[in-house]
Amino acid sequence: MDLYEHQARDLFAAHGVAVPRGRVASSAEQAEQIAGELGTAVVVKAQVKTGGRGKAGGVKLARTPEEAAVAAEAILGMDIKGHTVHRVLVVEASDIAREFYVSFLLDRANRSFLAMASAEGGMEIEQLAVERPDALAKIPVDALTGCDEAKAKEIAAAALLPPDAADVLVALWDAFVAEDATLVEVNPLAADSQGRITALDGKVTLDGNAAFRHPDHAELDDPATRDPLETAAAERGLNYVKLDGQVGVIGNGAGLVMATLDVVALAGQAHGVGPANFLDIGGGANAQVMADGLDIILRDPDVRSVFVNVFGGITACDQVADGIVAALGILGASATKPIVVRLDGNNVDAGIAILDAATHPLVRVVDTMDAAAQLAAELASEGRS
Amino acid sequence: MAIFLTEKSRVLVQGMTGSEGLKHTTRMLAAGTTVVGGVTPGKGGQSVGIGDVELPVFGSVEEGIAATGADTTVVFVPPRFAKGAVVEAIDAGVGLAVVITEGIPVHDSAYFWAHAVANGGTTRIIGPNCPGIISPGKSNAGIIPSDITGAGRIGLVSKSGTLTYQLMHELRDIGFSTCVGIGGDPVVGTTHIDCLRAFQDDDETDAIVMIGEIGGDAEERAAEFIHAEVGKPVVGYVAGFTAPEGKTMGHAGAIVSGSAGTAEAKAKALEAVGVRVGRTPSETASLLRALLVAAA
Repeated sequence: MDLYEHQARDLFAAHGVAVPRGRVASSAEQAEQIAGELGTAVVVKAQVKTGGRGKAGGVKLARTPEEAAVAAEAILGMDIKGHTVHRVLVVEASDIAREFYVSFLLDRANRSFLAMASAEGGMEIEQLAVERPDALAKIPVDALTGCDEAKAKEIAAAALLPPDAADVLVALWDAFVAEDATLVEVNPLAADSQGRITALDGKVTLDGNAAFRHPDHAELDDPATRDPLETAAAERGLNYVKLDGQVGVIGNGAGLVMATLDVVALAGQAHGVGPANFLDIGGGANAQVMADGLDIILRDPDVRSVFVNVFGGITACDQVADGIVAALGILGASATKPIVVRLDGNNVDAGIAILDAATHPLVRVVDTMDAAAQLAAELASEGRS
Repeated sequence: MAIFLTEKSRVLVQGMTGSEGLKHTTRMLAAGTTVVGGVTPGKGGQSVGIGDVELPVFGSVEEGIAATGADTTVVFVPPRFAKGAVVEAIDAGVGLAVVITEGIPVHDSAYFWAHAVANGGTTRIIGPNCPGIISPGKSNAGIIPSDITGAGRIGLVSKSGTLTYQLMHELRDIGFSTCVGIGGDPVVGTTHIDCLRAFQDDDETDAIVMIGEIGGDAEERAAEFIHAEVGKPVVGYVAGFTAPEGKTMGHAGAIVSGSAGTAEAKAKALEAVGVRVGRTPSETASLLRALLVAAA
């Protein structure tokens, strides 16, 4: 889960990283009030989970509370790269002498962690890495020993940061570990003319697998940023991702479902159709899971056919077939799109016999994944209105 | 002789007394695996009857190894206890730890991986979030169905469970030396490269199927390794061409970040070193058949 800047800021502050004073506002009046409380010039910043806010006009300096209200009015509701701005962060404007970059992240390739730091902050890190690779220090951090004071000094020295930045690195590492983050990034980390160091902007990504030990992370989730169907699926414990095609896809196992999307896309090229979603029902292909899955998929107005692709490993195909038949019973008249089913593996003959016996007018059984994708694509193409 | 897991492997099951652990211990026994006992803290001294077999339960991996000579453990422990279970297995000196558990925080996986390295790297970890490893006809450690196919001369390494089953099924007439499901998490203990190296050195493996998916750069690094070190025929498959940027596709590690981790880049990297990459699982199976015919 990616956090908003204001959430990242709160999290940094909770772990001892200095941040500018301020609060989040969802109206011009609130922004004006916060600016009044701060009693300084402020920066009003759009809260969206994407980069390039400054260029889009989503960050404005305001010298008075009235100006803050005007800035917030202009920014709230703005569309930045497809993200609507619902909140702004109002913080005291900083006296910036120098800007740095620091982050800790998961290093998949080395199965460990990495610190990245640069004395050239403010720029997008991807751009810095390409244009000025020598200016970006990358220091491995061991998962057992972490970033202690000595390690922090090593990182600061490698990136030519002022020595005081080491304290920030230790606090940031604490946030990274304690919150189960896979990324904590401060950009820019700013030093003022007195050398005081403050985190002016940041990104945090939290590990969803660690949610069980962070009940407080649940409130950081913002359902408004998700597709409504994804939210509905998540509420039923389904692993669903909305795509923009016309063939609904249900399968078991993340890899097989991804492969199914690709095969549908390939088959759909000739028909101008593609996959409408990712939906992994895992090992639980019982009637309720299948009904929930079909229900979510059929609520997508773009869907014109459905492809159920199951390889029965542990899952038995007869249970899947029972699930499909029962799901269609549960859905009744709301199921109106053709459903192509391909079953293989564990108890496949019994599964196909169940579907054949049911003779449901919407269901077509096809032997292979490729042929089934072909038929699902054709049906979606024919169903075009 | 298969890789990592053979007929000589003696297997403990951590979490055997839980429902998943018990179900899959039963299946492993049926597949011919030499399961020698279970480990559940606090339940040492008990035993579990499965068919004709009475399996002892130990309170720790160390006790289990001392009593049975086990060299392999399969971990079914829930996510919140998985780190402790794997660290315990490493400390007990187990040679192979197969971590089936899905949903382990990545900080925990990074920790037990670092612990294994610090301990001298003598414990091979497969997973987490994986279906395990099967050397058909010899042993099965994990949840891969043993009745899909029998022993043969193809080696398979995959990030995905069901795609492993699918390819085993497509090529069931030829059979497999060993199939390794390395798991779909961002941090895994055994990589494509580890398996490719072992298959290259394995006398019983003639050809290799490598299945990847979006996220990270394991496939790109595997391609470099194949170019440098693998002489046996390799075919590849990569899932996730249609995955949108920034969305996690089921597996915790399956995510395209910016322009990194795309299926297209992975397939291109493999093709650039001469690996034939199938556009579908079936086509991948056909490519492997063609290579075996050409090599015969």
